[in-house]
Order: sequence, then C-alpha cells, then structure tokens
Amino acid sequence: MAMLESAGQQPPRTAFYNDPVVRGIIYQVVVGVLLVVFVTWIVHNTSINLAAQGKTTGFDFLGKTAGFPIGFSLFEFTRESTYWQAFLVGITNTLLVAVIAIFFSTIIGFTLGIARLSSNFLISRLATIYVETIRNIPLLLQLFFWYFAVLKAMPAVKDSFALPFDMFINQRGLFVPRPQPDAQFSWIYVAILLGLVGAFLIQRWAKRRLEATGKRFPVLLSSAALMIVLVLVVWFASGAAVTFDPPVLNRFNFKGGLELPPEFVALAWGLSIYTASFIAETVRAGILAVNHGQTEAAQSLGLKDSDRLRLVVIPQAMRVIIPPLTSQYLNLTKNSSLGAAIGYSEVVNVFAGTALGQSGRAIEVIAMTMAFYLTISLLTSAIMNWYNARVALVER
Amino acid sequence: MQIKFLAIAAAAALTFGATAAHADTLADVKAKGYVQCGVTGGVAGFSAPDANNEWAGLEVDFCKAVAAAIFNDATKVRYTPLTSQERFTALSAGEIDILSRTTTWTMSRDTQLGIKFIGTMYYDGQGFMVRKADGIKSALDLSGAAICIESGTTTELNAADYFATNKLEFNTVVFVDQDEVVKAYEDGRCDVYTTDASALAAERSKFAVPDDHIILPEIISKEPLGPVVRQGDDTWFNINRWTYFALLQAEELGVTQANVDEMLGSDNPEIKRLLGVEGDFGTPLGLTKDWAYQIVKLVGNYGESFNRNVGPDTPIGLARGLNALWKDGGLQYAAPIR
Repeated sequence: MAMLESAGQQPPRTAFYNDPVVRGIIYQVVVGVLLVVFVTWIVHNTSINLAAQGKTTGFDFLGKTAGFPIGFSLFEFTRESTYWQAFLVGITNTLLVAVIAIFFSTIIGFTLGIARLSSNFLISRLATIYVETIRNIPLLLQLFFWYFAVLKAMPAVKDSFALPFDMFINQRGLFVPRPQPDAQFSWIYVAILLGLVGAFLIQRWAKRRLEATGKRFPVLLSSAALMIVLVLVVWFASGAAVTFDPPVLNRFNFKGGLELPPEFVALAWGLSIYTASFIAETVRAGILAVNHGQTEAAQSLGLKDSDRLRLVVIPQAMRVIIPPLTSQYLNLTKNSSLGAAIGYSEVVNVFAGTALGQSGRAIEVIAMTMAFYLTISLLTSAIMNWYNARVALVER
Repeated sequence: MQIKFLAIAAAAALTFGATAAHADTLADVKAKGYVQCGVTGGVAGFSAPDANNEWAGLEVDFCKAVAAAIFNDATKVRYTPLTSQERFTALSAGEIDILSRTTTWTMSRDTQLGIKFIGTMYYDGQGFMVRKADGIKSALDLSGAAICIESGTTTELNAADYFATNKLEFNTVVFVDQDEVVKAYEDGRCDVYTTDASALAAERSKFAVPDDHIILPEIISKEPLGPVVRQGDDTWFNINRWTYFALLQAEELGVTQANVDEMLGSDNPEIKRLLGVEGDFGTPLGLTKDWAYQIVKLVGNYGESFNRNVGPDTPIGLARGLNALWKDGGLQYAAPIR
C-alpha cells in the first residue's frame, strides 16, 4: 500500500542547484573563470609592476651582442655573439652532458642491478654498498667532491700525466688527439651505413628461416663480419686516411687536440654514478617482478639460458623498469643544472646566470630556461612512453 | 559553500589591492625597525663577518650609517648575503632596502634595471692575480691562459673586451659563487683570477701564503662601486645619497667619531650645519636634526671607515689612491650641506 502511494506521486522536486549535473557544470565554470582571472591578473600585475619599477622588458635583448665569453661550447662563441647564441650554447652543453650521463648511468645501473641479484656474496654485497652509499648522499656534495677533490689530485699543467696515444691529463682536463678524416673518408661512412642495412636484412632473413624451418643462424657474428669486411675493403679501395692533431703544450696549456674540461668530466661522472644507483634499484625490482614460474616454464620448454633471459625474463622485466627509468632520465637531465655550481657552462650557468646578470631580464630569461627544461622533459617522456608501448606485454 | 566563495572573492579582491606598488621605503623601514641591507657572501674589507661573527666592512658601514641616521642606532641593520646574479632581483623585489655589494655603476644598470646608484663608495678597477711561480709580468703575457670569473659581473664583460682588444686568446671558467671561483684558482684550475683589484687584495690576504700570488700592474677597467636603491622613491634615494655625502663631509671637516661631541661646540658654520647645531637639514629628509651627528658618532667618517676596513694597516692594505678626498688629490667629493 505504501509503495503504491509513493509510486503515484511526482518525484520530489529539488532546486536546480541541487541537481548533481547542473552543480558539476557550475563548479567547472566557476573554476575555469577563476583560473582565467588568476592568470590574467598575474600577467597584468607583473607587467604593471615591472613598468612601475622602471625596468626594461621584452625579448629584444636576444638579438643583441652578449659581450661575454663562454668557456666551453660545441660551436664558435665569441664576445660578439648574441644572447640567443648564448642560449643555444647553454642548451647544447646541457644536452651533451645529459646524453652522455644517461648512456653511462644506464650501463652502470643495469650492471649493478644485476650484480645485486648475483648469487656471489661478494659481488652482491659490493653492489649493495655502492647503491646505499651513493644514493643517500646529496648530489651537489658529490659533485663538489668529484670536482674539487679530484681536481686537487691532478697534476699541474707542466707535470701532466702523459697517457698512451698522445693523450694527457692534468688539472685543466683531459686532452686527446683530434681525429681529422680526409675527404676520402666519407666512403667509410657509406660502408658503415651499408653494413647496418646488411645486418638488418640478415636478421630479418634469419628470423623467417627460424620460423619456417626451426634452424638457427648466428646473426650477431655474421653481421659483425659483414661490417668489418665492408669497412676494410672500402678503406683500402678508397685510400681513406685519418690524421691526428695531437695536443701540444704551449705557455699555459695544451693547444690543438680535443679538450674535455674537468667541469664536464666531473659533472658527467657525478651524474652517471649517482643516477646509476637509482637505476640499479629499478632494474633489480624489474627482474624480481618476473615470477619464478616464468623461468621454470621457459626451462621446461627447453630454452637455452640466453634465450630464456632474452625472450622471457627481460621483456617482462622491461615492462616494470621503463616507467621509473623514464623518471630517472628526467631527473638526471634536470640535475645537470647543478653543473652551474662547479662552473660547467650549461644552460643555468650560461643563460640563467651570466646572461641574466648581464641583461637584467630576469623574468624573460628564467621563463625561457624553464620552457627549455619543460620541453626536454616532455620530449624524453614521450620517447620513453613510445618505447614502453612497444615493449609492453600485449595481454591476450 | 556560498560563504567559502565569498571568502575567496574577498581574499582575491584584497590581494588585488595589496599589490599596487607603493614606494615609501622610509616608512616601511621605520615600521619594521631595521634596514635590510644586501651584501656579498664575504669580501673581506667590504662586507664580511668579522672575528665576532658580525658583519663589517666599508660597504657594511654605509648601511650602518643609514641605520644610524634613521634610528640613532647603527646596529639596526639586517644583512642578506647575495650572489652577483641575485642582487638586482632581490632589490627590485623589495627583499632588501639597500644593495651595498661591490656593485659597479654602469649605464645599462642605471637606466634599464629600475635602480639608482647613490654614489661611489670605492673607485676601483679590474685587475688580474696570478701565481708568482708562473713568472708572468704583464697581462699581455696571458694569451692562452685559463681565467676564473664570477658570473653576472662586469668583470666577465671587461675581460672579454680586454682580451679581444689585445688579440689574446683565453679560456674562462665561470662560477656562480665567488667562493668557488677562488677555490678553483687556488686548486690550479685557472692561471688567473680576475675581479676588482680591491677584491683581489682582499682574497689574497686570505690565502695560506699571500706572497705566492701577485696582482699584475694592469688595471683594465673603471669600476666605481657604490650602494644602490630602487628607482622611484626619491625620499629614500635622498637619505642614502646624503648619508654618503655626510660621511665624506665629516672627513673633510675633520669631524671624527672621537671628537664629534667636542665639535658640537665648534665655531665653524659648516660643522655646525653638518651636526645640526645650526639650521635643520634632517627634517626635510624625514629624519631628525642630528642625523649626521648620529652617523659620525656611531659609524665614523669615510676616512675612518676606509682605514678601519681596507686601509694600509689592515691585512688588505689598500692605499687611499683615487679614494682620497678631492682636496688630497682623490675623487671623493661631496656636495655641500647648506
């Protein structure tokens, strides 16, 4: 009876603002408007205050002569160069040290991560000590240590250590002969390219044959042989030659050759071994995440040890490793800004430091520097996401 | 819910109002009870903590003089150590009231950064320091040398100009913090350390064996170092400028910390005006009549401050040179108080 009565009534009328849908829309509109107002206010307020302070603003300074030198750059930079070029020098130096440190930290990190799981007591303990020590000391202190402690241990220029092949090491850095390929040398590049194409074709053919007949083919060995033979034949046929421009000691320092300044070496080294300790943990976690049953299943299928790792364990471990590895790469790139403290000419030192000090355009310079880091981080992230999507397990 | 919205709206409206720029630094300083002074991280003789861990130096004395003029108490100063890069931003953002940090007066800084230079506390020039063992006699011998520099300074630009003009090659190593610059030079990363000659002398005095290092004879630039305030607050600018003039005027008239009370009875009308015995020059500045008396009483005159902090009897051992009074052949000259 009671049910019938209530069914016959109209649903209770509620005010429109109590309707969850309408409410949701209202909230979103209010938040949106507030956000727009807030951003407009920030921009407006900043420009008004800058004008009130009598500051010159705008990005026109980028085209003006910088007037300062930069100690280390991959391309020519003199005092006549512009602020924009200074920005480019900073960017390339940051990217250079980041790429090199990512390369080495990955190698060291993977090795350590596997070493921590080693059944050899000594190896696993040493890896544990490394990881626990390095990752628990602030990076800035480590950089100071590598830069100032190691620099102090190096000999002065006049007493440089002579290394084999005309290489020298001293307080000013590492000096190696600069290879100078002659004109014929471009044929060698062509040969290397052909070798890579050949290796790719061999791999495809071998895979097809394996699927069709079950017969294996030594892809790695044959590709390497192809590459060596190709390069050697082209080398002798074209008469290509490489001369070396060795570093020579003059009044203050070595001239000629390639120079790796100690700031660069200390930063690349410090970043590599610091980030490697985090990567090692990521790798260890990734490998442990693969169920032991998978290994047993692979063994019962009769897979060789190397195939078991390559085809079963690593693909599943990568699924776990890639996302945190991405954040380590991002961290490393951002941490390279600490190079400013040890005098490496990366973007924070050159642009947010010197260029800011000389131009006085604090907001513009900092905004550009932040935009650079944001772009690089998003790009790295996108590349790693793409790679992750490729290696991710397809659930069937 | 509505109440919350109202609160947010009210807060927003308040912040809108609060950010309107206002420029009465004197009132702000009086209200908070101290002068906030931007200094170096430690350049001996100019601004550095002394043996008792209190800030001391020629440029610190300027801030103390301003505090003495406002509060009759030279200790009402708080210090903010700044790097070269931070200094102008800290001043325009209002974090400090006076920037007294070995800052070179240049046209672009004066006209583009929204700041005003008070005067020249120290006429300086850029020099080079090298190791004696290297046998370098002149800056022209420096081709190919590695040079340690602090970033964001005029030093960076001058060095580039000088080496380009003289067609010398060089290689810079730039650090954000002066301590790292000096450490890198000491460790042998660079052949040369370059900055203002006065700071070179100050840093040299701190080395384990100062005599192992020499300062080359070449002075390659003009570096008038002086205190800086924000543009657009003329009252504050005037207080600072006349504090600087009062320091000079006191030395010129022979009024010292020791004899200032005696000098109150002087017959010299210039001294009478300086010490507020005759006329009132303090009130138009927003200060009291005896503002300059307080400066001399509590801080001393320019010459006393110079001798105490950087003079020949200190470890830094700088001669007065260009910084002597105009009547002694130097450049320090104050407009008359009348």
